[in-house]
Amino acid sequence: MKMKRVMAISKKEFIHVIRDTKSLVASLLIPITLLVLFGWALNLDVDKIETVICDFDRSPKSRELVSRIEHSRFFRVIAHPSDMAEAEEHIMFGRAAIMMTIPSGFGRDLERDGSPKIGVAIDGSDSNRAGIGLGYMNNMIMMFSNEVLKDKMISLGVKKIDPPVEMRQVVWFNPELESKNYIVPGLIAVIMTVIAAMITAMTIAREWERGTMEQLISTPVRGQELIVGKLIPYIAIGYLDVFISVVMSIWVFKVPFNGSYALLFFISSIFLIGAMSLGMLISIVGKSQLVANQMSMLIAFLPAFLLSGFTFAIENMPMPLQFISKLFPATYFVAMVKVVFLKGVGLRVLWYDTVLLVVYCALLFVLAKTKFKKSLE
Amino acid sequence: MEKEIAVSVRDLYKIFGKFHAVDGISFDVPKGSIFGFLGPNGAGKSTTIKMLCGLLTPTSGTGRVGGLDVSRESDAIKRRIGYMSQRFSLYDDLTVEENVVFFGSLYGLTGAHLSERVEYALRLADLLERRGDMTSTLPGGIKQRLALGCAVLHSPEFLFLDEPTSGVDPISRRNFWNIIHEFANSGITVFVTTHYMEEAEYCDYLVLIYKGKIVIQGTPYELKTAKDIHNIFAARTNSLAGLYSLLSSRGEFSEVNLFGDAIHFVSEMDGGRVKDAVASLAAGAGIDLESVEGILPSLEDIFVMAISRADAAGENGNGANGAKRQAVKKA
Repeated sequence: MKMKRVMAISKKEFIHVIRDTKSLVASLLIPITLLVLFGWALNLDVDKIETVICDFDRSPKSRELVSRIEHSRFFRVIAHPSDMAEAEEHIMFGRAAIMMTIPSGFGRDLERDGSPKIGVAIDGSDSNRAGIGLGYMNNMIMMFSNEVLKDKMISLGVKKIDPPVEMRQVVWFNPELESKNYIVPGLIAVIMTVIAAMITAMTIAREWERGTMEQLISTPVRGQELIVGKLIPYIAIGYLDVFISVVMSIWVFKVPFNGSYALLFFISSIFLIGAMSLGMLISIVGKSQLVANQMSMLIAFLPAFLLSGFTFAIENMPMPLQFISKLFPATYFVAMVKVVFLKGVGLRVLWYDTVLLVVYCALLFVLAKTKFKKSLE
Repeated sequence: MEKEIAVSVRDLYKIFGKFHAVDGISFDVPKGSIFGFLGPNGAGKSTTIKMLCGLLTPTSGTGRVGGLDVSRESDAIKRRIGYMSQRFSLYDDLTVEENVVFFGSLYGLTGAHLSERVEYALRLADLLERRGDMTSTLPGGIKQRLALGCAVLHSPEFLFLDEPTSGVDPISRRNFWNIIHEFANSGITVFVTTHYMEEAEYCDYLVLIYKGKIVIQGTPYELKTAKDIHNIFAARTNSLAGLYSLLSSRGEFSEVNLFGDAIHFVSEMDGGRVKDAVASLAAGAGIDLESVEGILPSLEDIFVMAISRADAAGENGNGANGAKRQAVKKA
């Protein structure tokens, strides 16, 4: 490999990149747009669930329970219908996800040591939200019920009535349990995959399409010189994108950064080389910009988005999908960026993933290199 | 004295699936000559040139460029050849000078040598004053010369030009051929494909390839004076249309075509009998015949005849002559 030739190709590629203002702007705007869109829109926190409450009792006790629900941040009571049919309409039209009914005689039954029932119906068509809402509701009613019990025991003369077992909880790394804190770092990894594969997927296909490849391969230039030379400017853009994404995560999204910038830079470098080699490989196999573009969507974007653990937990996937997810370097990178951001651990913990990432990237580079034959066949 | 052989091809085949793009060809290119490779579209010209430049691997047979084997030593060949593809293939979004410097660097030129060759290429393309211009803004003829300049930056011994003048105006073409002649005079072997018949006349050696096979080869003079193609005639009259339809309708004359102010046709009969036959036919139809004479055929005549014979010899020898002539013109 002759460095002079590599540099000549890099220089030429830099000129392409700089003169192609549209693509240059796109490759810098795409990460910002994706971060803004997903950072804000993709909020997995479930709260302010729309709720309708039919209180047929209207006793002091029932009002107290309703008021507690109204003041909880988990629910937003949108109506107090006077009959069931009206309440059901709210669910039907999607205006509310939870319907609670307090039967008449609720307060009276509580006074008389009865065990009144409260009806809670949930819109299961959004099962995630409904399930979480049901949990919240269950908790609130349990607490209410415990307090009623406690009051009763005090009136019966029992003095010490603290619960026998109590939980002391500590949430590490993400004390607020805010979903953006793990979505945004994962998103950086997804963005890198998409950008890296997309911008490089074009570069060789373009040479084939414009016929310049024929001239290139008639010169003594070697395949690896061409690939390395072409990678250099795109890796520079990749770094710029990492920088923009990290700065935005910390300053705009206030994601806590507990790890080492050096480590993030290191794993990003490896990943960029790998993802861009993948883009090159797509470009080499695709040979037309259209095909390369579609292939990069299919091979880079979708797995990074759906299978990397960014949107869906890998542990919950069926076995074959879990296995497939392990084949994409994005999976390791998503996990590593999250861990570096939130846990702040170093290579002592991440060495295994790092080694795997290195192996994958080396493999992709070699594959791109061997797949690129200096021949028109 | 026998001339040194620059390019040597023996039983070369290139088969794509079932399609024989190049179907067993053999020829030698003498060093320092201009070697013209002619044929209709899809005849296998570009495929052959690409195999010789190491861009395609032959299915079988051997090709040697400067003694190097095209299948096994393509890297070494690439250092010694200049190649200009059929499509313009420099970068439109680079300036003239950026393109030249880029290709010079790929050929391993550096420092003062690189600058010297860059100046040479710019002068060749007549672009010394426009070196900072974006390549996309150049007219077609200049682009071709720039591509040629880029192909000779590293002073190659062999130059392969695949239809270098297609789509270029006649004056630019003339200039282009002057440059090619200078290269040949300085000892560079030029292997060129073309579909312009007048350009065939500029070549030292010609090969006509059709359906992957060589139909005829030789120097332009050898081809024109070959024994089997001596019976081409030109008839002149003031009633061209009348004579044309008259001759076309007769089985003993073939290849009847209008060539400027004369009608060219082929006949198996010898000269004297042809003159008598045409004269009596014309007299019978009331056409005033000026002259009928045997002529030295143009290369186009020869190529059309050769292709007709190849078709007649093959199984599918049925196409109309006009169509074949058209094919040669387009090739």
